[in-house]
Order: sequence, then structure tokens, then C-alpha cells
Amino acid sequence: MIEFLQVSKRYPLAGGYRDALSRVSMRLHAGELTFLTGHSGAGKSTLLKLIMMIERPTAGDIRVRGQSLNRIPTSGIAHWRRNIGMVHQNHQLLFDRTVHDNVALPLIIAGYSAREASRRVSAALDKVGLLGKQHLNPMMLSGGEQQRVGIARAVVNKPPLLLADEPTGNLDPVLSAEIMDLFEDFARVGVTVLIATHDLVLIQEYHHRCLQLEQGRLVAS
Amino acid sequence: MAASKKKKSPTPRKGARRIQRNWQDQLRAWKAHHKASAKDAWQRLIGAPVATAMTVLVIAIALALPAGLSVLLTNAQVATQDWDGNAHLSVFLSADTSPNAQQELAAAWREREDIQRIEVVTREEALEEFKALSGFGDALDALPENPLPPLLMVYPTTTDAGVLETLQKELASHHAVDVVQLDVLWVKRLHAMIETVARIVSVLTIALATAVVLVVVNTIRLGIESRREEIVVVKIVGGTDGFVRRPFLYTGFCYGFLGGVLSVLLVQIALLWVGKPVDELILLYESQFELVGIGWSNVLVIPLFAGLLGLMGAWLAVSRHIQDVDPYLL
Repeated sequence: MIEFLQVSKRYPLAGGYRDALSRVSMRLHAGELTFLTGHSGAGKSTLLKLIMMIERPTAGDIRVRGQSLNRIPTSGIAHWRRNIGMVHQNHQLLFDRTVHDNVALPLIIAGYSAREASRRVSAALDKVGLLGKQHLNPMMLSGGEQQRVGIARAVVNKPPLLLADEPTGNLDPVLSAEIMDLFEDFARVGVTVLIATHDLVLIQEYHHRCLQLEQGRLVAS
Repeated sequence: MAASKKKKSPTPRKGARRIQRNWQDQLRAWKAHHKASAKDAWQRLIGAPVATAMTVLVIAIALALPAGLSVLLTNAQVATQDWDGNAHLSVFLSADTSPNAQQELAAAWREREDIQRIEVVTREEALEEFKALSGFGDALDALPENPLPPLLMVYPTTTDAGVLETLQKELASHHAVDVVQLDVLWVKRLHAMIETVARIVSVLTIALATAVVLVVVNTIRLGIESRREEIVVVKIVGGTDGFVRRPFLYTGFCYGFLGGVLSVLLVQIALLWVGKPVDELILLYESQFELVGIGWSNVLVIPLFAGLLGLMGAWLAVSRHIQDVDPYLL
């Protein structure tokens, strides 16, 4: 599904540079749930940014189903991102609209009609167990519920790839488990799931493949 | 660590393909988003009435100034356009010229190509007219003899200053002519002045139109700043720059358009304000002149022009600042 080929990312610094990623090669398969771990500054965020095309690699190539991301022009980035569901630690929900409208956003952007969007939003919210709360403002929800709204938004247009950045960072173990169960469900139906986390308990509890980054290098996979 | 591949579906899901929708769907979605953006822009403007009113008022005043001045200018041009036609030379003949000689001279001059027509005013006619107009009738009756000279009013075919001066010299060189007065130079000066003012209005229009664009740039920039989170989210879930830009463009257009409408209102109110004294002035001058308003076409053109300025400002602001809001929050 996704293949990193000797990917490096170098950031300029005052008086020099810093290698956020050095010659990382790895492969994520469709329907596979993978953890991405490492200390802060090990390169987790950079790796996610490269997949999102927020950044482009300094060297190397990222291939998705054989197609090189380097070849996608800047104008194509928005469309590329529609293939990715992104879940953030701080959910990135918009508090000026309802839960329904938050989840519907990717569909509206992709050009679905309001009716079709509503149908899919209901399905996604049902999946995360929040169907009854779609007309509330996300501000009125608990942290765990907000995270589930974020997940619903990430999967509502059924992307083949789901990225999560510390999705359980602010949640207690019970809520974390609920969220993890959701991710496993998505992987089970064929979605490629990559979860960046430094929650070692979580990684040990769920037996999935784990990519470990240390100072920009992949030390274990 | 074990990879959980056991439940992997045999073929990858076709998520990417599903969002490649056909062009009719795309067009419909595009139209729908335009509609939604316009509605959203409008609701945000209404939702912050004071801030909106401030911006709109600034734009309106900036536009009312050149618009009002150009209305004044139009009026000045309309009021003075007949004056060219009245340009004439008053040829005062020496007092001893007989009425016959006066008529002969007029007849001779009527043959000239640079003279359109000549009005003959005899000494008696001049006196009658002067009595009637000046109100000094009784005093004039007391005079032993008519003090007024015979007069020829010469209407030239052209208003060209050079030609008129030549004509003036030629007529003045006739032995029966006492003095030739050319009543056109001040009209020329007036027209030159109006032309100058017209240029100033053009310069002002450009300067203030630029100011309107900058006001909108700044207002939209603040709007972008306050909606940064939303822009980040939209970009993360695959919104194009066009999608992000659209509501701001509508906002910019609305600012400009509303400012334009208000500026037209301001000018009309100002016209009503000065209308009455101008009417009285016109009566005193026995003129046919009527105050010209801003004009129906301008009632439409000014708001649309202002809307375009707003659109331009929004475009500049968004193009400049949308890049700053790249989703960097990961």
C-alpha cells in the first residue's frame, strides 16, 4: 500500500541543518495496523507529514500502490489528502458547527450532495457510537467522545489510509481501548492504519507491528 | 511484533476511486459550494454588524468622495456647455457712426466665413435695453443725449481662441470700430479649470480605489487569522485552495458592494442637501440648468465596481496568507 524508499528529510537550522528522517525504508500493507513510536523529535511527525504531503522528502521516494508521491504536483496535494483519514491528538474539531457538520466536512469538500453526505455521516457516527449526538456542538462532548468524532470525520469518506497522531494521548485506559478497538475494526475491513504514539503500554497490549524511530532512523520494524 | 495480517481483505479497498466523481457531480458540488460560501460570507457579515458597518463605511466614504466630485464635475460641464455657443465679440462702434453705416458694416461682415451671424444693436435699442435691465430709467431720461454707442454683436463660427483673437484684431482695425470685447477667454479658462479638476478626480479615484482594496486586504487578513483552525482542518481533509478561498472572496465582494451601495446613497443625500440652494441659484441666473444626479447606470456601476475592488482585495489577502496557514499542527 505505502512504501518508503530511502526517505530522508533535512530541515535547515541556524548555522546548519537537522536530519529529521534519514534513509527510512519501510512498507505498510493494506489492512494492516502499524504503530509508529519513538521519542519526541525522533521523526514521527515528520513521517506523517511526508505521507500527508505537508512536507516533501529531501531525498528518497514514497510510493503508494506503486505511484510516486514526488510526482504529485502541488495542485494535486488536496486531492491526494482525500485518500487519507487523519486523527489528531487534539481532535481538531470545529466548535462553530455541530458534530454532524464536522464529520460532513470531508464529504462536502469531495463534492457529495448534502443528502448523500448526511447518510454517510450517520453511518460513520453510528460506527463510533455517537449517532444520537450529531446535532450537538462538539464542545458539549467528553474528551473520548470528541476523539471519536475526530475518527468519524477521518473515516467518513472511507479512505484507504488512516493516520493517527497520539490518538489516545489525552484519554484514560478504558477510552484508549475503545479507540483502539475502532482502529482494529477499520484495519479488519482493509484500511491501512498507522498510529504514531509513545504510549508503550498501548503498544504492548495490542500485538501489532511497531516501527521504531530514533533520531530519524528506523531502528526496529 | 506480530503484524495482524490474518484478517486482511484480499483486495485493497478502492477508497481513492470513490472520490473521483464525474464532472456533473463536480459541477453540482462546485455550484453548491459557491452558494454555501456566499451564504456563509453573508451570515458572517450580518453576525458581526458593528465590525461590518465600520469596514463598509470606510469603503463608502472612500468611494463617495470621487463619486461625489465626479457628479459635481458633470454638473459643471453641463452648466457650462452652452456657454461656448454664447461666445461672442461685442464690437462698439464710434458714437458718430450712423445707423446706415452700422447696417452696411454688419452686412459686409456677414460675408466673412468666420462669422456666423451678427446682431445689430442701434444706440436707441441699446438705451431701451439698458433702461429695462438696469433700473436707471429715470436717471437716463435726465441725460441730455444717449451716451451709448452703436453695437454689433458678432457671433463667430468657431470658439478656437487663436482664431477668435485674429478675428478680434481684424475687426478692431476697421476705422468705424471703437473697441472689440472678446467675451470668451474666461470661458476658456473655466473649461481648463474643469479639465484640471477632472484630472484630479481621476487621480483621487485611483488613490481611493487602491485604499478600498487595501482596507479589504486587511479586513480579510484578520478574517483568515480568526479562521485559521478551520482552514487547517479543511486543508487536512483535502480542501483545495479554491475551496478555502471561496468564502473569503464572497466576503470581499460583499464588503465592496455594500460600500458601493452606501457611497451612492451618501452622494444622493449630499445632492438633495445642496439641491435646494442650487435651484434658487439657478432661478437667480434665469438658467435652464437642472442639477444632474448620480445617474441610474452609476447606481449599478459604482457598487459593482466596488464589489470588484473588494474581490481583488480578498484575492490578494487570501493568496498571500493562505500559504501561511499550511497545516503544520501535526
